[in-house]
Amino acid sequence: MTTNVTADTAAPLVEMRGVQKHFGDFQALKDIDLDVARGEVVVVIGPSGSGKSTLCRTINRLETITEGTIRVDGRDLPQEGAALARLRSDVGMVFQSFNLFAHLTILDNVTLGPIRVRGLKKAEAEAEAMRLLDRVGVAHQAQKLPAQIYAGQQQRVAIARSLAMKPKLMLFDEPTSALDPEMINEVLDTMVELAEEGMTMVVVTHEMGFARKAAHRVVFMADGEIVEVAEPERFFTDPQSDRAKDFLSKILTH
Amino acid sequence: MDFPALFEIFLSGTFGTLRLFAVTLVGCLVGGTILAAMRVSPTPVLRAAASTYVNVVRNTPLTLVMFFCVLGLPYLDIRFSDSASINSFALACLALIAYTSCFVAEVLRSGISTIPVGQAEAARSIGLTFSQSLRLVILPQAFRTVVPPLGSVIIAMLKNTSIASAFNNRELISAMRNAIEVRGDIVVPLLFATALVYLLLALALGRVFDYLERKWVILR
Repeated sequence: MTTNVTADTAAPLVEMRGVQKHFGDFQALKDIDLDVARGEVVVVIGPSGSGKSTLCRTINRLETITEGTIRVDGRDLPQEGAALARLRSDVGMVFQSFNLFAHLTILDNVTLGPIRVRGLKKAEAEAEAMRLLDRVGVAHQAQKLPAQIYAGQQQRVAIARSLAMKPKLMLFDEPTSALDPEMINEVLDTMVELAEEGMTMVVVTHEMGFARKAAHRVVFMADGEIVEVAEPERFFTDPQSDRAKDFLSKILTH
Repeated sequence: MDFPALFEIFLSGTFGTLRLFAVTLVGCLVGGTILAAMRVSPTPVLRAAASTYVNVVRNTPLTLVMFFCVLGLPYLDIRFSDSASINSFALACLALIAYTSCFVAEVLRSGISTIPVGQAEAARSIGLTFSQSLRLVILPQAFRTVVPPLGSVIIAMLKNTSIASAFNNRELISAMRNAIEVRGDIVVPLLFATALVYLLLALALGRVFDYLERKWVILR
């Protein structure tokens, strides 16, 4: 390892400074400052409409921002174009609705990026894809279409599709919100494993168990603002802000 | 003129129609796809150019489009071949392609708008560029969803090849006219025979599209 690399790894992987986002008159993000360190798992929670999904989507510029700066791996997010495509190839994204490519088999879903973006040979990409599918427990379904496997499996394939790009950072936008309860855990288990391996993750979720188990920090948002940032144990047992207390009292009473 | 001779006239006419159809089919699918891609592109100039083209050409009668190609282009010294018959064929194909591409583009664009936005987001998220996500993710799905309306456009195009008969092309209608010239005594049967050939070709085409629709159905 060169000293250069050491210097790089000291800088945060994601730096958000003074980020504002407006949808017309509505302000979805207000003055967001947030750093995500390399290897860090940040869980973003908050009531619906608090801007947490928007925040997650601005990091790979699926959502453009009105003001402020976002840097990923030391570089400002580029404008739409080839440079942005390159950056996105290093940032995995897992969606609430999975968004597997409906016309491609599970295997082709996972190999599309490596072949078309990374320029891997088909055989090489398929071998790696099968390894990833095996890891998320869906290898036996490789030749099926997305609609032929159940939702929990689809979401695990979506995770494998992101991992196939060997991302530096993974964004999870409510990855378990569209799943039946019995499928949530299999997806969360995959995510916990990923966190334990040192993947840098930004996870928007309502799963407090995951936050407790895997998160280094919890970011609590309300009305487009970051209200509180704390370690998970501290956040759940001793929230400082009234809004966090109110939010937790509502979700933890059941 | 006896029946085998008439049959031969119709057969060569049918081949003429199929030739016009085949070239136009390939051309209008390519042209329509390019126009549709331009209409959804992030570049305003491309969007404006494609929408202007579609709105102008789609709203011009095909006969007039053909007049423009057959009479207008040679006037501008644009010729495809020294042979008059090849030239007529190429110009007729060009007119049919220019015209039908608009309809293909519009059908395809409606297909693109039915693809869930998450598909494009996922494509961009793995690092595909705009044109890659269009080519590899959006258009393959859009084509599958528009097979039935696309079938109607293609069948209309098949029948529109008949207009080429007025511009020095050998196809079914010109074959029918030749047949009528020598056998004025059986005009109505000859009209029916011509209609029957178009009907059979269109029905066969419909079967192909039914097959594609079943084969390409996208489960969601």
